[in-house]
Amino acid sequence: MSILEFTPLVFVIAALAGFLGALTGLGGGVVVTPALTLLLGVDLRYAIGASLVSVIATSSGAAAAYVREGFSNIRIGMFLEIATTVGAIAGAYLATRVSTSALGVIFGLVLLLAAWQSRLPQPKDAADADPDPLAVRLKLNGSYPTPEGPRHYHVRGVKTGFGLMFGAGAVSGLLGVGSGALKVIAMDQAMHIPFKASTTTSNFMIGVTAAASAGVYLSRGYIDPTLAMPVMLGVLSGSLLGVRMLMVARPRVLRMIFGVVVALMAVQMIFSALTGRL
Amino acid sequence: MTTWTDVRLERIISVVLRSGVIVSAATVLLGGLCILVRHGHEPAGYRVFRGEPAAYRSVQGVIRAVPTPNCRALIQLGLLFLIATPITRVAFSLVGFALERDRTYVCITLIVLAILLYSLIAEH
Repeated sequence: MSILEFTPLVFVIAALAGFLGALTGLGGGVVVTPALTLLLGVDLRYAIGASLVSVIATSSGAAAAYVREGFSNIRIGMFLEIATTVGAIAGAYLATRVSTSALGVIFGLVLLLAAWQSRLPQPKDAADADPDPLAVRLKLNGSYPTPEGPRHYHVRGVKTGFGLMFGAGAVSGLLGVGSGALKVIAMDQAMHIPFKASTTTSNFMIGVTAAASAGVYLSRGYIDPTLAMPVMLGVLSGSLLGVRMLMVARPRVLRMIFGVVVALMAVQMIFSALTGRL
Repeated sequence: MTTWTDVRLERIISVVLRSGVIVSAATVLLGGLCILVRHGHEPAGYRVFRGEPAAYRSVQGVIRAVPTPNCRALIQLGLLFLIATPITRVAFSLVGFALERDRTYVCITLIVLAILLYSLIAEH
């Protein structure tokens, strides 16, 4: 296939991945990598490199809006970014050392987890309890706007959350994804941050986390300009459209169908990896 | 006073992120059109991993290759703008926290900035 034929094809696939990724909250990166490897036979390392770049674009674009509206907590984000960036660099180093089949299996498992999680209902915010003394010292307690005025919240489990963020960063660096779901779990379960604040703060952190592993990917030659161009532009435009759709309706049926598609992709990914076709 | 600066910092961060994405997407698009016009009929091969040539692997390499002129290097420059966007955001936060005289967050932000710059500039 020539570049002239290949590029529009990649753009369409990436735009679709970005659109569905935004609608379901999974993120475009998780979807675009298996699509490129399974449908077009792209080497996993090139796909991961291109996906990582598109993750920075979508998260920065979305974060620009959330930060201005005061949903993201920039102090929580900044503090936890120490853990996610170190984790991301460690993950990216690991990615250059493990075989593509091992990487494929890990990717498939993370994909299965994401598909499973996407069909669960939005978690209920934990009752506000006494804050962690460390949260007070680090000024992590915050508030976000609601129609009834700002809602204040206290942060707990700072150390546990910090540790989990290292793991989320490592997965991001290893697989070239945003790992937003893992970041939200850490903030929601361990730190008891309300859903609105944890999802938007996670989005805010994804760009910095991905930028940390991008340096390693670039230096290792994983970021191919001719492939990354349609992937980045496609995922970005697809997710912008998806976010706009989200404001109009909550597409529950689409979410469910998409969850099944992602699960099938995950199984296919693991199968291809195990039979050495990745 | 503190809230005023925090809100202002949020505004600035928002502008930095948005402009970074726009500038980088425009550069990538320009480089993409350049590739389609000049190299459109070359084969697209990503099945086998070979790794990128040295010119596309580092900040210095890309900057040197862009004016030759080189479409692929132009895309890579756009991608570097993109990687630089969150890093610039962190740098602006550093200034914001310094203006708020928040010493703890100046330290935290400096650590994150150092990690990011190490990743981008060091050879891995």
